[in-house]
Amino acid sequence: MGKSTKDDAQALFHSLRSAYYSDTPTNLKIIDLYVVFAVSTALIQVVYMAIVGSFPFNSFLSGVLSCVGTAVLAVCLRIQVNKENKEFKDLPPERAFADFVLCNLVLHLVIMNFLG
Amino acid sequence: MAVAVDNLNNKPTQPVSSTLRFAFGNVLAFVILLLIGVLAFSIRLFSVIKYESVIHEFDPYFNYRVTQFLTKNGIYDFWNWFDDRTWYPLGRVIGGTVYPGLTLTAGTIWKVLQSLNIPLSVETVCVFTAPVFSAFASWAAYLLTKEVKGTGAGLTAAVLLAMVPSYISRSVAGSYDNEAVAIFALIFTFYLYVKTLNTGSLFYATLNSIAYFYMVCSWGGYTFIINLIPMHVLLCIVTGRYSSRLYIAYAPLVVLGTLLAALVPVVGFNAVMTSEHFASFLVFIVIHVVALAYYIKGILSPKMFKVAATLVVSVGLVVCCAVVAVLVAVVASSPTKGWSGRSLSLLDPTYASKYIPIIASVSEHQPPTWPSYFMDLNVLAFLVPAGIIACFSPLSDASSFVILYLVMSVYFSGVMVRLMLVLAPAACIMSGIALSEAFDVFTRSIKYYITNLSESLQIDAGDTVPGNNAAPQIDVLKNDKKEDSLKERPSRKNKKKEKEIEKPSVKSKTEKKPLVLPVEASFFALFLTVLLGGFYVVHSVWAAAEAYSAPSIVLTSHSHDGLHVFDDFREAYAWLSHNTEVDDKVASWWDYGYQTTAMANRTVIVDNNTWNNTHIATVGTAMSSPEKAAWEIFNSLDVKYVLVVFGGLVGYPSDDINKFLWMVRIGGGVFPHIKEPDYLRDGQYRIDSQATPTMLNSLMYKLSYFRFVETDGGKGYDRVRRTEIGKKHFKLTRFEEVFTTHHWMVRIYKVKPQKNRIRGKTKKSKSKTSSATPRSGTIKKNPWH
Repeated sequence: MGKSTKDDAQALFHSLRSAYYSDTPTNLKIIDLYVVFAVSTALIQVVYMAIVGSFPFNSFLSGVLSCVGTAVLAVCLRIQVNKENKEFKDLPPERAFADFVLCNLVLHLVIMNFLG
Repeated sequence: MAVAVDNLNNKPTQPVSSTLRFAFGNVLAFVILLLIGVLAFSIRLFSVIKYESVIHEFDPYFNYRVTQFLTKNGIYDFWNWFDDRTWYPLGRVIGGTVYPGLTLTAGTIWKVLQSLNIPLSVETVCVFTAPVFSAFASWAAYLLTKEVKGTGAGLTAAVLLAMVPSYISRSVAGSYDNEAVAIFALIFTFYLYVKTLNTGSLFYATLNSIAYFYMVCSWGGYTFIINLIPMHVLLCIVTGRYSSRLYIAYAPLVVLGTLLAALVPVVGFNAVMTSEHFASFLVFIVIHVVALAYYIKGILSPKMFKVAATLVVSVGLVVCCAVVAVLVAVVASSPTKGWSGRSLSLLDPTYASKYIPIIASVSEHQPPTWPSYFMDLNVLAFLVPAGIIACFSPLSDASSFVILYLVMSVYFSGVMVRLMLVLAPAACIMSGIALSEAFDVFTRSIKYYITNLSESLQIDAGDTVPGNNAAPQIDVLKNDKKEDSLKERPSRKNKKKEKEIEKPSVKSKTEKKPLVLPVEASFFALFLTVLLGGFYVVHSVWAAAEAYSAPSIVLTSHSHDGLHVFDDFREAYAWLSHNTEVDDKVASWWDYGYQTTAMANRTVIVDNNTWNNTHIATVGTAMSSPEKAAWEIFNSLDVKYVLVVFGGLVGYPSDDINKFLWMVRIGGGVFPHIKEPDYLRDGQYRIDSQATPTMLNSLMYKLSYFRFVETDGGKGYDRVRRTEIGKKHFKLTRFEEVFTTHHWMVRIYKVKPQKNRIRGKTKKSKSKTSSATPRSGTIKKNPWH
């Protein structure tokens, strides 16, 4: 019983890995890497706050939320650029990227105001 | 609205002129929108015509004062303003406790007009801000309903919102309050959310966040948005309507919206720490989990996905329980579970009356009565269910959102009458959808009948039997029995009818069976629906003119010898500003605080912000105590003048004696020596000869009825309470009357300074000349009689 679940887990892991590495186009992989980078930066900031304390709370909030925000926006970009998404097939990827840049601009403007 | 739809449907269907028809339709829609804006603006001008261009009520005076400060001193001083002329001696941090949206909007409009050399005064801009923004709100409602159902429904909803009495009541010209711009921001935010949901464009998501920021700046009701949208997302996920557009509509809004909300000083860190926002974070996590699940489902084969699901469920359940336990422990450690008092009183309607008497005492926080639904919504009250049914066929993301918005706002409007204002746009949207669908059915029937008539006439021309084809058709239609049931609710009954009948298609060229009604029925129903609209318009104009246009700072009454105008409030404030020193402190009940600081420009002790319950309880205790104790309390607060409002001479029912029990309750909530039963005789509140001695000795009674018997020759008949007063002849020892207005509505008293010599009591001082006991040989005079 335990062995079969372990086998299942391994088989699952292999199939996930193969599906991701082989079937995903490169531009989506770049976006995914960016998302992982943003989320890990947010995690590092949370660990730092746990160690040092949260005194300038607005700085902590703006730092974490900027990482989370760019991650979310990158995921939105990935959704819109993904060719397998039938809802967005007539959206040119340049338009998606322009929207992404605009939203990031607004986000970082707010962050810089809130950073203190 | 009927005209627009009719014209659009009755044009001849030739492919060449279809573009012309679209162009004509667009221009017509634009002109109609413009007219709707003008209508929304003009229907709110009754108070300016009947009285004058003046700011109404109490709260707008504070906003007006803040706007004056902003226009005079600029924005940096406004953000950092510490107001020391209110809540003496505590002061109030205006920059951090006011929702700046309204004042910044009006200030910007004033600045822009000044730069264009249009010299409107700040007061004029403030008075007319609300009607202008109600026109914008109608246009926003058009846009929102267009996203849900189409242009016809949009125009109908816009014209309904322009005239709905509930919205008029809070946005007449002169009602310079937060709701004036907040309702526009609310509808506009919802429009952008629905637009993002429909198109999946990140651009609209950004605009949505910025509109949400404007809403947070404007009104405390923004928590409604930040709880409604997560609820809708959850509803979509649960009903299987998850799509990537939902993710794009929701996730950027949460991140950007939280940041923008934290930027506003009033909200600050509450945006991440209070329970009102936790729903959005919870659903944020949920939507990421769901998105991940769908993504993995997409890249895996079904067998592997089952394996993944079992694995995740077993592991995830443990983690989830741990996280939930931690969250519950953190939240339960605060006594209110992290919610603010006002939000709790919305969720549990009995909360405020048990724990926070101040919130319970505000008249706009009471639950509404049934008639107020018909007064404020009129015809919409029974068009809304029809709209809900129309939204279900077909059900889309946008229509499910509008249904959820309506249901939530109906619940909250049942808790607090002030929140009927949030129900008004939802009701208008739903009714607009219902009316538009009804018109569609009627005009389609008429058009179908006309085209059938013309076709059968053409066939008859080549046929030897005249009229035989046309007649059976109409007879077939007539046999469906519906002529009798067309009374007061044509739209609702017709919706049921349209679902029951299916016209048997005689001509086989139409594959789809059109849902049409008998033509006479549809003509009659069309007429009745237009009549319904007529009733609504008449009621709205009446409500705007008679019920909601009173500025409540000027009162009028009609009597046999003409119109009487009671301008006592402004008379009293003008007296204060001309006859007292700039630094004198005025004590009154908190209702009049804003007006006193704005119009009389004197420092007050408590005002309408009611942020400090203990301070208000101090003033309440002073008003409920006998003269000496009250004098001591006022002396400790450096009060120079005391102001009371008294309506007994003219019959003004909202005076301080009627509010007195609230003063006792609030004072008694903090100072236990004030007990409410002491002021009631057998549970009844009276001021006549049967009143309790505590009541007759209280400062409020004395200040209201001092020398009252001189007005009607010794009887002292109080027109509001309809009795003669209990104690008629008495003197005031610690207070001195300095001003009473023309109709005795406002009475101002000066607090007498401490006497130099205390009669009847020699002070026990360090010097030797005083006698051993202070009371030897002298009769202690009772200062109260």
